Amino acid sequence: MNRRTATAAGLTGRYLLLAAMTVVSLGPFAWQLLTSLKGAQEPIYGADATWLPHHPTLANYAAVADTLPVWRYITNSLIVACASVLTNCLFGAMAGYALARMRFRGRGVVFAAVTAALIVPFEVIMVSVFLTVRDIGLVDNLLGVLLPGAVSGLSILVMRTGFLALPKETEEAAVMDGAGEWARFRRIALPSVRGSLAVVAVFSFLFAWDDFLWPLIVLKSPDNYTLTIGLQYLSGTFTNDQRVVAAGTMIAVLPLIIIFLGLQRLFFRGVGEGGVKG
Amino acid sequence: MLGRRWYTPWLFLAPALAVAVTVLWAPLANTTVLAFTDARALGGGAFNGLDNFTRISADTGFWHALGNTALYMAVVVPLLIVLPLLLAVLVARKVPGVAAFRAVFYTPVVASMVVVGLIFSWVLRSDGLVNQVLTALHVITEPLPFLTDSSLLLISCMAVTVWKGLGYYMVIYLAALANVPGDVLEAATVDGAAPVRRFWSITVPLVRPTMVLVGTLSAISAAKVFAEIYIMSDGSAGPGGQAKSLVFYIREVGLGVDGEIGYASALSLVLFAGTIVFSLLSLWLRRRNEGSAA
Repeated sequence: MNRRTATAAGLTGRYLLLAAMTVVSLGPFAWQLLTSLKGAQEPIYGADATWLPHHPTLANYAAVADTLPVWRYITNSLIVACASVLTNCLFGAMAGYALARMRFRGRGVVFAAVTAALIVPFEVIMVSVFLTVRDIGLVDNLLGVLLPGAVSGLSILVMRTGFLALPKETEEAAVMDGAGEWARFRRIALPSVRGSLAVVAVFSFLFAWDDFLWPLIVLKSPDNYTLTIGLQYLSGTFTNDQRVVAAGTMIAVLPLIIIFLGLQRLFFRGVGEGGVKG
Repeated sequence: MLGRRWYTPWLFLAPALAVAVTVLWAPLANTTVLAFTDARALGGGAFNGLDNFTRISADTGFWHALGNTALYMAVVVPLLIVLPLLLAVLVARKVPGVAAFRAVFYTPVVASMVVVGLIFSWVLRSDGLVNQVLTALHVITEPLPFLTDSSLLLISCMAVTVWKGLGYYMVIYLAALANVPGDVLEAATVDGAAPVRRFWSITVPLVRPTMVLVGTLSAISAAKVFAEIYIMSDGSAGPGGQAKSLVFYIREVGLGVDGEIGYASALSLVLFAGTIVFSLLSLWLRRRNEGSAA
């Protein structure tokens, strides 16, 4: 009896805490979303500001597009993020496959180098990376934004782990078929590690889409800005209207939140496999 | 045995190796060399021995940035070890709806630091939501300058780092808690151990290796803090640039119009020396954890 009431009380307490933490986690986003929907005449700060917009409007979203080429920034971010997904998945898988499934002289050294790459923070080498990218002629170019993150050590390690888990027999059957190494990789090995590919894809996309420091360094002209740099530019230079800034941030974050809610499982798996990311 | 040519593996590795050499290993070697030169963006490049490091030791800008960064780590790391663990314990039990709560708590991780920084700049302005609520509750009589006082700015940035990191480390803890045998906790419950006691005497000892891992990961991350400070201060690092972090300072020194590349490289090596201890520790811990899980 006593225990049952104690459990019920415990459960209620647990849900109260969960609800409180939900407010902490989502409250700031909600406040920003509500601000972005408020009309120009509505007070958004001071004692008169209300939680809910009196006259909900999408005008601020139109205003973002008027003040800066937001579609262009979104396109730029999408180009970099999608290219990063492609290079990380393809090159990461190729390298991971070689490390997991082939025996060759120098494999230990390559594997050690891939692992060691994880302990070199980008911030430590950013000045030299900038010099390199300048020498190649990719400053103020989306390719220059892509390059440092094109194949991360983490992508290679996740793919290697995926390939290691495959049973040897799958490929041996193909060897009898007389299929070449590339055909075996593409037709047999790659389709069997879809889960790892998805993890690499999701995290490459997220990393490229959210990155700030490197695009800030390498991009010079506003036309080439990615969305994160464009947003910072928007709030600093173009407007003091917080409704418009709020609308801009919502444009940047809502699609990600929706993708995340759809693919939660992959995100959580990725953290488990890639906990090294600092 | 497969009739494979010796270079086949290298063809598979070639793209990844090309990228790694171009944007990681060569720049790292370059940084190490440049740290001993007087190279600037517009010329220079003669070796000057340890001059850069002598200069670092007397550079108040550096010591200030280092102090800010160390303070950042000292505050953020303990909070990121403890709070996500409590959060993980809260969502570890499979009560109805718990998966949705896990997703909710992870949402700030998905958002970019720019978005989060802009949201909090808005909430923490002198006439922003936090000041209004605190005033309404009579906690304060005048708005606090969360963004315009350099100490408060740093504290605000720390709060943002912690808020954004909660969900990430929660997931790492959840993986560890999944390995805590349920019957151990069950037995303790039957024993009548109070939740707090159960947490201290059972959960904490079992996840201690994970706590160390989370500590090293959050320390590496905090040592590199940049975006929070840049965005919340609109690129200024507070009045007089008093809230600069080490990375903020390196970027400013090395990537200006006539960036002092040699000196910035020396500063970068100092940052590297600071993070490498934590990096090696985390690699070692992960290997050990994997070993025990297998």
